[in-house]
Amino acid sequence: MNDRVRLREKGVVKEGLAAAWPICLGFVPIALSLGVLAQKAGLVPWQMAAMSLLVFAGGSQFIAVAMLAADASMMAIISTTFMVNLRHLLMSSAMAVHFPGVSRRFLTLFAYGLTDESFALNMTRFNQGGWSRFSALTVNHATNATWVIGTVLGVYLGQLVPPGAAGVDFALTGMFICLLVFQLRGPIFTITALIAAACSIVAYMWLPGNSYVIVASCLAATVGLILKRTLLKRRMGA
Amino acid sequence: MSSRDFLFLMIAMGAVTYLPRMIPLVMLSRRALPPWFAEWLELIPVAILSALIAPTLFAHSAPRVFTLCKMELLAALPALLCAVKTRSLAGTVVVGMLCYWGLGLLM
Repeated sequence: MNDRVRLREKGVVKEGLAAAWPICLGFVPIALSLGVLAQKAGLVPWQMAAMSLLVFAGGSQFIAVAMLAADASMMAIISTTFMVNLRHLLMSSAMAVHFPGVSRRFLTLFAYGLTDESFALNMTRFNQGGWSRFSALTVNHATNATWVIGTVLGVYLGQLVPPGAAGVDFALTGMFICLLVFQLRGPIFTITALIAAACSIVAYMWLPGNSYVIVASCLAATVGLILKRTLLKRRMGA
Repeated sequence: MSSRDFLFLMIAMGAVTYLPRMIPLVMLSRRALPPWFAEWLELIPVAILSALIAPTLFAHSAPRVFTLCKMELLAALPALLCAVKTRSLAGTVVVGMLCYWGLGLLM
């Protein structure tokens, strides 16, 4: 590698960091809260680090912490994680067009850091043009490092918060309510949410363990999709 | 949960998270996902969040029975209002926690 190439690569890392810092800043309070709640659910620092490193998916980590606190079975936690993160299929296949002829080694590494936030940023920059894939990779890893450090610090912070202090038991529910509201991007989303709530309560009373989450959400998404498609067809026909 | 079980759980969670991120990229499939599948995937997060919250708000845990008078439900209403009005994650969590805490003192 000659010096000019090396210099250029330094530039792309810098560009990546310059683009990533707002995401990193946004991750800090969320990562700290996750750490605090994980500590309340009984996780110790190395366990938090292992989770953030191996999973690196904020929403599903909050859900996993809630399920661990509720003593859910491993199968229930794994299948819920799978469902929550399945949407990355969409992002990954949308991203693929920007990597023609790129080595598999790069892509397997890049895929690890594909989150909602890094996807939104990298996609925008790729579409604007002139965005190096190494800058994109830098974004992924800078946000990942922030996430891992933030969540572990949160666990230490959690040790200072007494159990039950100022309604901390409600924090996860409050968080999920807000994330749910963010997801309501149209009537079909609201209808799906209502169906999911009703199915979930029925399944909670009838099915053992935590399988109600997976059963109710698959059922509700399927009914929501059928409703959307039939309504759309009717409107097109009219 | 033992350390070994925990680590196994994390590896499994990591695998099911990583594979959907990796497979379309590495296969470099230019083919888009079928539209019905993409639309179904878009509905999954909202369905999971709702399914996860509902029993916390509307059911007792032991035994599992439906109820409309839980402190969680009362605290959820101002939190929901705050989320819709402000769209602030931190604000919603704080409002919900304070209401839940206040209700606990009252009851």
